[in-house]
Amino acid sequence: MNEEIRIYEEEHKLRALLPGEIDHHAARTLREKIDKKMFESHPDVLLLDFSGVKFMDSSGIGLILGRAEIAMEMGATVQVVGLSPRLERLILLSGVEKMKNITVRR
Amino acid sequence: MKRVINEMKVRLDARSENESVARSIVSAFAAGLDPTVEELADLRCAVSEAVTNCIVHAYRDLPEGQIGYIYISVRLYDAREISVEISDNGCGIPDVERARTPFYTTGPEGERCGMGFLVMESFTDSLTVKSRVGKGTTVLMRKILHP
Repeated sequence: MNEEIRIYEEEHKLRALLPGEIDHHAARTLREKIDKKMFESHPDVLLLDFSGVKFMDSSGIGLILGRAEIAMEMGATVQVVGLSPRLERLILLSGVEKMKNITVRR
Repeated sequence: MKRVINEMKVRLDARSENESVARSIVSAFAAGLDPTVEELADLRCAVSEAVTNCIVHAYRDLPEGQIGYIYISVRLYDAREISVEISDNGCGIPDVERARTPFYTTGPEGERCGMGFLVMESFTDSLTVKSRVGKGTTVLMRKILHP
């Protein structure tokens, strides 16, 4: 299981491979690392890849919303990808996909 | 009448690193009823929300260096039911009904999304919240497992 977040810079795109567990404790570090990279590279797209996530609670939703807010201020969009059916259920419960600059793909 | 077939009580420091500890303990204990992977995942998520609330909200006014406790009690019933009670001696919730409104949050900006109770409710079969301001809060969740 991937314990650490990995963030790759692609052309005008930041791809964040999220770690195996996202809870309130883990979210703090994730937030800091993603935001730091966001301000370093000012991408057009922040891609949040959840394919390695085995556990997530609503802290993960907070993580998406918070990043979307920062992205919005930068004029960037957020793509949420790699959702398991379980994560998709949580995401649908939250309604984050209704936010203007967030797109959700499985 | 349903009968308790196994019971566990544990007290944890209200530290965020114990969020994963709490859900692991509960899930290990609940395994005694042979739940499905999905049922266990529901339980882990609900426990994580309840414990996080204790850490983020209940003890937020504690002086620096002081740590609160989270009390977790789990019961397994012969009727394939699990009850999880999570309590704190924290600040309490002035208006529980309002706190349970989806997306209502008093949490730190950009950290919480007001979904804690919504997730607990969605991923279990019943949720009861009892709170006394200045004294603490108890959340009781019940989950009924597949036959």
